[in-house]
Amino acid sequence: MSKRVGIEASFAVAEAAKLARVEVVAAYPITPQTHIVERFSELVADGEVDAEFVCVESEHSALSACLGSSATGARTFTATAGQGLELMHEVLYVASSARLPIVMAVVNRALSGPLNVWGDHSDAMATRDCGWIQIFCTDGQEAFDQTICAFRIAEDAKVLFPVMVHLDGFHVSHVVEPMFLMEQNEVDAFIPPYKHPFPLHPDRPVTMGAFAGPAIYTEARKAQEEALKTSKSAICAVWDEFGKRFGRRYTPVETYRAEDAELLLLIMGSFSQTAEIAVDALRQKGKKVGLVRMRLWRPFPFEELRQAVRGAKVLAVFDRCLSYGGSGGPVCGEVKAALYDEKERPAVFGFVGGLGGRDVFPEEFERIIERGFALADQGQESTYEMIGVRE
Amino acid sequence: MEQSDLGNVPRPIEPDEYFAPGHRACIGCGEVLALRMVCKALGKDVIIANATGCMEIVSSPFPGTSWRVPWIHTLFENTAAVAAGIECAVRILERKGKIAAGQITVVGMGGDGGTSDIGFQALSGALERGHNFIYVCFDNEAYMNTGIQRSSATPFGAMTTTSPPGKVSIGQRTRKKNMPEIAVAHHIPYVATLNPSYPRDLAAKVQKAKSIPGAKYLHAFSPCPTGWRCATDLSIELGRLAVETGIFPLYEVENGAYRLTKKLSKLKPVNDYLKLQGRFRHLTDDIREQIQQQVDRDYQALLKKAGVPITQDE
Repeated sequence: MSKRVGIEASFAVAEAAKLARVEVVAAYPITPQTHIVERFSELVADGEVDAEFVCVESEHSALSACLGSSATGARTFTATAGQGLELMHEVLYVASSARLPIVMAVVNRALSGPLNVWGDHSDAMATRDCGWIQIFCTDGQEAFDQTICAFRIAEDAKVLFPVMVHLDGFHVSHVVEPMFLMEQNEVDAFIPPYKHPFPLHPDRPVTMGAFAGPAIYTEARKAQEEALKTSKSAICAVWDEFGKRFGRRYTPVETYRAEDAELLLLIMGSFSQTAEIAVDALRQKGKKVGLVRMRLWRPFPFEELRQAVRGAKVLAVFDRCLSYGGSGGPVCGEVKAALYDEKERPAVFGFVGGLGGRDVFPEEFERIIERGFALADQGQESTYEMIGVRE
Repeated sequence: MEQSDLGNVPRPIEPDEYFAPGHRACIGCGEVLALRMVCKALGKDVIIANATGCMEIVSSPFPGTSWRVPWIHTLFENTAAVAAGIECAVRILERKGKIAAGQITVVGMGGDGGTSDIGFQALSGALERGHNFIYVCFDNEAYMNTGIQRSSATPFGAMTTTSPPGKVSIGQRTRKKNMPEIAVAHHIPYVATLNPSYPRDLAAKVQKAKSIPGAKYLHAFSPCPTGWRCATDLSIELGRLAVETGIFPLYEVENGAYRLTKKLSKLKPVNDYLKLQGRFRHLTDDIREQIQQQVDRDYQALLKKAGVPITQDE
């Protein structure tokens, strides 16, 4: 039976990797990911998990070692953040195109410059086209649960894609929360042993990573796109089974007090919990407002998103990332694109904030909501604003 | 017949081929010859991680492959890290009884660019951590796959497309990076130089590397007629001349102890080697003499390390 314990989210992620009986972990320390790999090192040092822990000399080598390990048939895990994720960048594409089910916890962090070790989503957004499954967690419990689920999802024969489990730097990673952790036998029953369909082995030689000329590259890309799109149903099936077994239910898109809402606030990650307080406060004042939480970023949950915002007049999208010289926040841009073909769609306004660890308080989310109403009343064209900037 | 100073040389060399014919290497490629010999000496029970480069490109145009052994290519600079990951997977899977113990030798391979330049950090990390694997550098002394650009392994004075001789340049202005010495500095149990012109020496060293636990580094001289601007039938001869002139000595370093595996009573003049290659065509006699003196100094230093009494040649 699950037990409730007070534990830091980073430790819980390491615990999840242990419970998943991960076999190889290759990682390089970077703030704010360090507690995950430190905790996992302790678990290995104490013999609590039988795994190879490789202290590589860079994140590029961390994920490269994961490629080799996963291709050889070992269950493989790593974790990184910010600059580390960027250093892995070219390796990310290879992991997905080679269909290697590596699980990686990404403790979201701002990018240099200026140097900043605190949380935002700049690192995650720069990797959105790499072909990984990307799941954004709300809190520590979810970071634990999604790490467990990620192994099931990644290794599903219908999926075979690497998975990033995103947890916000410090706001989630370093917070001690009361959480339900599963017993080993419960996780064993949920995650079957990993069996790569064609691992590197001399008894059955395979060539992995052949190069593709113009005559075949497009087809390879198309095949990968189809596979990633269709993985969504397998992801949902894993979450459904997780919900039945453990009682915590996850869906690609969640709503909060959205039933009759005229304005919806859309957020990914931990700030969606803060925003719930703002929604409650405004509801108390009789405002018809609600919240949409996007959990699955890749593959993008088009249908679930359209369903969630149907009927709303205004959609305020909050991004913890800025696309320089572009349309504002990447989430907002993608949400707009997803709604473009809808006959009746809400006016969409983007708000960028919470950069580099800047806190956003419930009152600020209330102001964002009010601002969303005001922009809609003024008949404003779709726009974006940066919030909390000190002039 | 090649004479080798190594004992217990297997004869004949493994008859089976693990690198299939039909690959797209250039005519007279010394690198693919070295690769084929290394594969024969390794045998079938390997997993190979290969860096981007000539040998990767000539061997793996989808859906074709020249590899009869399990092989993975991912990127250019990460091969030693990929091999390290494979080695860790093999270790844990063996420990858990999921695969047979002691069957697999893990091998990383790359060219001189993938080894001494862009892949240097990953290699240093893997050697320092002491993964149980063999890394083989196939050194053709420039970025040949992209069209003969200089690397840190390009010898002094050589012409490449990015170290062209000109009115104020003699070509490559820097000395060749000494990768075997750098490997030795990682305190790994075995380092050796290979040369496809000496197949039995090559095979014996590969097999020795295979028998030693820990990280092993092999550096294979790989003549490249295309990039060296020489006749395509000169690869073997250039390999021999590189050894006989002292430019590329054959030696091994076992637990720090140096041993020459091809002892020479007298070195041939380096110009015997230089004059056959268009990449050195522009060099003046002065520069050639400068190269001769450097080779002599380097060779004497190696003899000293190997504890060989130095004889003064006239």
